[in-house]
Amino acid sequence: MTEKRITIVEKILDANDRLANENRRRFDLAEVFSINLMASPGAGKTSFILATINALLDANVQIGVIEGDTAPVTLDSDKILAAGMPAVQINSGGNCHLDAVMIDSALDQLPLETLDLVIVENIGNLICPAAFYLGTHSNVLIASVPEGDDKPYKYPNIYRGLDVLIINKTDLLPYVDFDMDYFRQGVEMLNPGLKTFAVSCKTGEGLEDWLVWLKSKLPAR
Amino acid sequence: MHELSVTESVLEIACKHAEQAQATRVTDIHLVIGRLSSIVDDSVAFYWDIISKDTLCENAQLHFKRLPAELICLDCDHQYQLEDDLMPCPNCGSPRIRVLSGDEFNLESIEIQR
Repeated sequence: MTEKRITIVEKILDANDRLANENRRRFDLAEVFSINLMASPGAGKTSFILATINALLDANVQIGVIEGDTAPVTLDSDKILAAGMPAVQINSGGNCHLDAVMIDSALDQLPLETLDLVIVENIGNLICPAAFYLGTHSNVLIASVPEGDDKPYKYPNIYRGLDVLIINKTDLLPYVDFDMDYFRQGVEMLNPGLKTFAVSCKTGEGLEDWLVWLKSKLPAR
Repeated sequence: MHELSVTESVLEIACKHAEQAQATRVTDIHLVIGRLSSIVDDSVAFYWDIISKDTLCENAQLHFKRLPAELICLDCDHQYQLEDDLMPCPNCGSPRIRVLSGDEFNLESIEIQR
């Protein structure tokens, strides 16, 4: 019997990353812009998606939504379908995040060639989704005002990988202790110059700037 | 926590390389984890014992090498290590900082018998 040490140096999540790259190829091939939408539970992910869908109805933007939930419920996907857009519900089976495999199989169920935009609503969680690349073009996080202004300091990893930050529920600012300067300083340390939109899905305030940005990313048809 | 997915990936990679090397068993697995990769060692070890059963990696010992997170200040070039809390540059107080390392999340090597 011999003993031997074998050097490997392989990224532990390499298999996920490789499949994620394949997902990206599918998005690009179909000329679909794609978003990985992350947030804690109750930050307003589904409301934000619905507000986006409704605002873009007149522009005839076709949006597909992949809804991740840890339990076998279709509450969120039902709302998307009621808004007239295709949706796929993924039940992650208690898992805390979506991974590239789940996106791969969800994409089989969406009419990609007819879509302009795919929004993946990740599991409500600020830790695990940050570690799994899905292949989407843009990482977007919704931070809602009532969650508190210390979240960038407590969940640094998710902020570091972002392309866009949405600060939601700004209509509640007068009622909660949320120090916007402290919050933004934390964000700035983790992701200097991060594109940020402060919105209220309730009143519609601030959504216009987000929509202008989003439209600039959509394929010209 | 996503330790189960992570542990499954470790097992998959280790078994793949062990088979390629025609190992009869894997005795040790060396992981390199940066300070910014949020993984709980005990939790990985717990799952490991369960899922490595009846594989080449059964009873293999996991070794975690932790690397610190290195930051650099974009204003004064001061380099420092992340301690417990995210903080501005300790030298000049600037919040303009960049992470240099700490995201490592690799399976570095395995030790096998054959």
